[in-house]
Amino acid sequence: MRRFILIAVPYLWLVALFLIPFVIVLKISLSDVALARPPYFPQLDLSAGWEGLTSFFSALDFENFWFLTTDDLYWKAYLSSLQIALTSTVMTLLVGYPIAYAMARAAPEWRPTLLMLVILPFWTSFLIRVYAWMGILSNEGLLNQFLLWLGVINEPLTILNTNIAVYIGIVYTYLPFMILPIYSALERMDDSLLEAAEDLGCSRLSAFWLVTVPLSKNGIIAGCFLVFIPTIGEFVIPSLLGGSGTLMIGKVLWEEFFSNRDWPVASAVAVILLLILVIPIILFQRNEQKQREAEG
Amino acid sequence: MTQHVFAPWNDPGEKPLIQFRNVTKRFGDFTAIDDLTQDIYEKEFFALLGPSGCGKTTMMRMLAGFERPSSGQIFIAGQDMARIPPNKRAVNMMFQSYALFPHLSVWDNIAFGLKREGKDKDIIAARVEEMLRLTRLTKFAKRKPHQISGGQRQRVALARSLAKAPKLLLLDEPLGALDKKLRQDTQFELMDIQEKTGTTFVIVTHDQEEAMTVASRVAVMDEGRIIQVATPAQIYEAPNSVYVADFIGDVNIISGRAKPTGDKVVTQWAEGQPDIIGTTTTEFDPGQEIHFAIRPEKVAISTEEPQDAANKLQGKVLDIAYLGNISTYHVELPTGHVIKAQTANTRRLSRRQITWEDPVWISFTDTAGVLLER
Ligand SMILES: Nc1ncnc2c1ncn2[C@@H]1O[C@H](COP(=O)(O)OP(=O)(O)OP(=O)(O)O)[C@@H](O)[C@H]1O
Ligand SMILES: [Mg+2]
Repeated sequence: MRRFILIAVPYLWLVALFLIPFVIVLKISLSDVALARPPYFPQLDLSAGWEGLTSFFSALDFENFWFLTTDDLYWKAYLSSLQIALTSTVMTLLVGYPIAYAMARAAPEWRPTLLMLVILPFWTSFLIRVYAWMGILSNEGLLNQFLLWLGVINEPLTILNTNIAVYIGIVYTYLPFMILPIYSALERMDDSLLEAAEDLGCSRLSAFWLVTVPLSKNGIIAGCFLVFIPTIGEFVIPSLLGGSGTLMIGKVLWEEFFSNRDWPVASAVAVILLLILVIPIILFQRNEQKQREAEG
Repeated sequence: MTQHVFAPWNDPGEKPLIQFRNVTKRFGDFTAIDDLTQDIYEKEFFALLGPSGCGKTTMMRMLAGFERPSSGQIFIAGQDMARIPPNKRAVNMMFQSYALFPHLSVWDNIAFGLKREGKDKDIIAARVEEMLRLTRLTKFAKRKPHQISGGQRQRVALARSLAKAPKLLLLDEPLGALDKKLRQDTQFELMDIQEKTGTTFVIVTHDQEEAMTVASRVAVMDEGRIIQVATPAQIYEAPNSVYVADFIGDVNIISGRAKPTGDKVVTQWAEGQPDIIGTTTTEFDPGQEIHFAIRPEKVAISTEEPQDAANKLQGKVLDIAYLGNISTYHVELPTGHVIKAQTANTRRLSRRQITWEDPVWISFTDTAGVLLER
């Protein structure tokens, strides 16, 4: 009985917070747009009994999914989201790994403080931090003023409202998610392993490649997924920092939903996005499981 | 043909492989190695013995290149090691904590050093197989370190350090986790390897028997200093201090004042007790404090007064420790001193003639013990 309850808790959680919303969205995606409130048809009318149920199900179709294939805006947005997510994941890794490495190498009494500093940005609202970046990156922003003052440039660089600003925003926002798992993998590593590698003829650099990197592999994979998965559907950063040329599926979704008020198409976009995300999520789960098995 | 005795340390023409010259190592204000000067010769099997925290691992780590001396110099094969990084030294170390690579299989752990040399694949494979056979790990070659037992892990660490056939091999408690049988087998394997390859071994051990079995010389350390370096037999029979005598094996110590009489030295140690007569080559001042040290197996025990013993004392059996092949009798003297005497159990237990509370005589010759200044 106790075991049953223990298993039931996460499943209830999953059903309430994932499965039920998903079924609702799926249902909307199979409906047709209507000038009503809520703005789609059919509505499930349980008072009509069996007849109501059959007429409800017969009105559902895959029309909206078909529509997504007719306009190349959608698959371009998916592709561009994937590309932006991949690129920014790699960039976050390149920035995050050295930081995590330095933290793990720091004197033990410093580590809690450094960890705090990494988490500190979460204490302010995400939106405020993104707005702050607008202040930094705009043509009259702090960065341009600084560079002009230094004399490195003669006229302001256009960074805001380009993909570069989006990358900066994503790397900045998701950096802690990359640093923390890598740090925890590196911190657990025994220093004598590096000594053993050197003793057996490795230079410092090859000891890093042959020992440190493989031993932090799981941290790297976890960090990459933690950045990649939310970045694909990212909406706030591209719409605030990106320009009209920044095509991301989160933005498309938002426009369908609020500007066009086409809930069914928006839902279809969301369902496809979810299917795309399921693949890396499953891979991520696999990795976690393998890691657990390896640690026995 | 004369039997060649291996004793390069007695040959002034011999060049030492390792030289410690006034080496001091400090961690903060703690001195782990204190002004140590020591030569170790090629093909030696040099054992470091000492209590926990006396600096054995620190000495090894300086040889391997992981620690730098705070002052002093270390030479290996005549070359000053100060600026040579660990990967450029023809030295391999077996770590006290094993330091096996958790992401690599047993096979790859052993092959790790060989691969760095860029050797041919077949040569590497052959060498790894040889090492696996030697350490009896062939069956476990594909496993990861966390899938094997502690003793097996220790053998992987040993195999990994042996694989490159280094000029100098540092073994930090290499056999501690093995059972007695396997440990003895491995000890002989090590000696065999040493004979075949001519590798110089420096070995740390807590097991005196092991040090006695394998070592050409034993160094007894205390608080960052080497107290005595000598062959196992010399260390045992002629310790230079009470510390060494007490550290290696079992010993009875009787302290008193010296009274030199010709070639003998008499120790006056208690009122109303006969003085103990001993021989020594050291000069003692009359009245100087000295310590008479004698091993239990050199003390005879009997129920009747022995006739022609140089030293004999009367006492009462306090305790008997039966160890199978030998028995140790704890004999209390009237002064309260407890002297241990050991006899081989050549007779069955039931025929034993001495039991608890029996009045007995203990006796020893005048050359059985050593006289020590400190
Ligand atoms: N990195 C270090 N920082 C500070 N003190 C250290 C360091 N390494 C060793 N010590 C100290 O130096 C002394 C000698 O250490 P070492 O590891 O050489 O002992 P050991 O003889 O190998 O002991 P054991 O038999 O327990 O392995 C110890 O008191 C230890 O606390
Ligand atoms: Mg040690």
